[in-house]
Amino acid sequence: MALLEIRDLNVRFATTDGEVSAVNGIDLDVERGQTLGIVGESGSGKSQLAFAVMGLLARNGRAAGSVRFDGAEILNATPKVLNRIRARRIAMVFQDPMTSLNSYMRVSDQMAEVLMLHKGMGKREAVAEAARMLDAVKIPDARGRIRLYPHEFSGGMRQRVMIAMALLCRPELLIADEPTTALDVTVQAQIMELLADLRREFGMAMILITHDLGVVAGACERVMVMYGGRVMERAPVGPVFADPAHPYTQGLLAAIPRLDQQGEQLAAIPGSPPNMTNPPPGCPFAPRCAYVMPVCETMPPFDPFAPGRERACHAGLATVRAGHAPQPDLPEPAAADLDEMPASVLQEARP
Amino acid sequence: MFGFMLRRLAVAIPTLLLLIVVSFLLMHAAPGGPFTQERALPPQVLANLNAKYGLDEPLWRQIAGYVWGIVAHFDFGPSFVYPDRSVNQIIAAGFPVTLTYGGVAFVVAVAVGVALGVAAAIRQNSWMDYLAVGISIGAQVLPNFVMAPILVLVFTLWLGWLPGGGWGGPIYWIMPVVALSTSFMASIARITRSSMLEVLGSNHIRTARAKGLPERAVILRHALKPAMLPVISYLGPAFVTMITGSVVIDMYFSTGGIGRSFVDSALNRDYAVMMGITILVGALTILFSLVVDVLYAWIDPKIRY
Repeated sequence: MALLEIRDLNVRFATTDGEVSAVNGIDLDVERGQTLGIVGESGSGKSQLAFAVMGLLARNGRAAGSVRFDGAEILNATPKVLNRIRARRIAMVFQDPMTSLNSYMRVSDQMAEVLMLHKGMGKREAVAEAARMLDAVKIPDARGRIRLYPHEFSGGMRQRVMIAMALLCRPELLIADEPTTALDVTVQAQIMELLADLRREFGMAMILITHDLGVVAGACERVMVMYGGRVMERAPVGPVFADPAHPYTQGLLAAIPRLDQQGEQLAAIPGSPPNMTNPPPGCPFAPRCAYVMPVCETMPPFDPFAPGRERACHAGLATVRAGHAPQPDLPEPAAADLDEMPASVLQEARP
Repeated sequence: MFGFMLRRLAVAIPTLLLLIVVSFLLMHAAPGGPFTQERALPPQVLANLNAKYGLDEPLWRQIAGYVWGIVAHFDFGPSFVYPDRSVNQIIAAGFPVTLTYGGVAFVVAVAVGVALGVAAAIRQNSWMDYLAVGISIGAQVLPNFVMAPILVLVFTLWLGWLPGGGWGGPIYWIMPVVALSTSFMASIARITRSSMLEVLGSNHIRTARAKGLPERAVILRHALKPAMLPVISYLGPAFVTMITGSVVIDMYFSTGGIGRSFVDSALNRDYAVMMGITILVGALTILFSLVVDVLYAWIDPKIRY
């Protein structure tokens, strides 16, 4: 049994402009100790997916489907049930540490309250334990700085505080929602390295939500690419980079600026993300897709074209692969993937 | 912080001086004087009276003499209309009354207003929200000069539970407090509700929920403090308005507070009483805007002076 099992998760928001479907029928498994990257642009529903799991949707949001954590259904569970899981078993690191930390409370109080609530510690003991956790996230002089307020830390240090706070109860699953988006690039690398180290040390499973494929490449074992609230492709991390099987994944990869790139124009996916109050009838990516066909008016089924890999696209695998100009310095597709070629070609032959 | 408070108090002195000069000039610019009556006094009598109270001197000397009296003797001069009473005595008699019912009304308005506002915000769009918003709109549109006679009619004339006027023990406080506090309570409830709603939608509240805190702790420990900031900036001026009294309250309930004295002094051109109460209100306003700033810094650690 997977640690986290999501089946047919839908998230909708009632707005004055109508109903917004943020997440549409997502299935997802995370095993113990595993890392999954969820990649997608702003508005693809990746953060709302995480909020639905934690029961943190905005007031106008409704989630439907099933989320099982360690076998127990937690979707739309009562606050009492959720509060026994939050922080203790599933913790979350948020995007913007400046606004996500409480700027009116000392870091010591914000961290200690977690331990006092879930571990029944006294204040003094909780603060001491919190300081040890700040040490673990490599904040220098943790014992002295724990008395400070969040605004007295730098951006990177603030995110370390956020991570330390999430790890206080040694959760089994950490959901990191764009943990490095608000930080500059050098700090990003430090934070990702820290997260990877801590994850190994604590043996946690992790869901890393990001729009940055580079971050996923370094930190995750598996990747799920989302667009318009739906899964476009899922695969182990290597093949996604070496051999993207969905037009959207291809577009994302092509849009990464490269040091050796010639010319001035950055590659971009034409068009803009769909309006989710009135999404396209079938594949949400169809209006921007180079391979679009009449059949794209219906949502394509998942095609498990190789072990551990799935894609949702009507365009043939060979067609998409052929359209993808291999980048000169990307590693060649791993041997294992080449071995799978016949299978996928075979699948192509099916009507 | 201490340096900031000293600086602010130092700035208060020129501010008060400016207040004195401007109100003195405005007061004298108004037609008529303390001894203007239906039947004109003989010129010689008027001249004598003016000479006795120093009104024949040039304005700048009058102002200088007035300020000197305050600084040197804390003496705000004699009343021009009630020759046997000094301004100090009039304020000493009326201010404790307004301070009492105003202070109690303030506490009631804050306690009920904040509670209503928070209750409405945490149950947004529920019957509790609509009830709270309804009560506060009702309280706001019902002016105290309508409220006061209704209270007297119901609780004094019909039910006979409360004294209709006068000043004494706490039973005399009830109607003035209710009449004075309702509109402030309504404003506080509205400000609290909207500010609480904004705070509840902010990222750090989501973090607090993700920590598994029960909703009560999320509200009380994480949301209330930031939500109180806009309320506090309203409370400073509101407190001064309440404790310096309301002419409506003093008239309807014959409480004998300084609100009545203030309006009477303006009508009678009782220069000294008018100046005395103006300075009292000005000084309290300056003091409580300082208190608001100090409270702000205490709540929000990002504010440093």
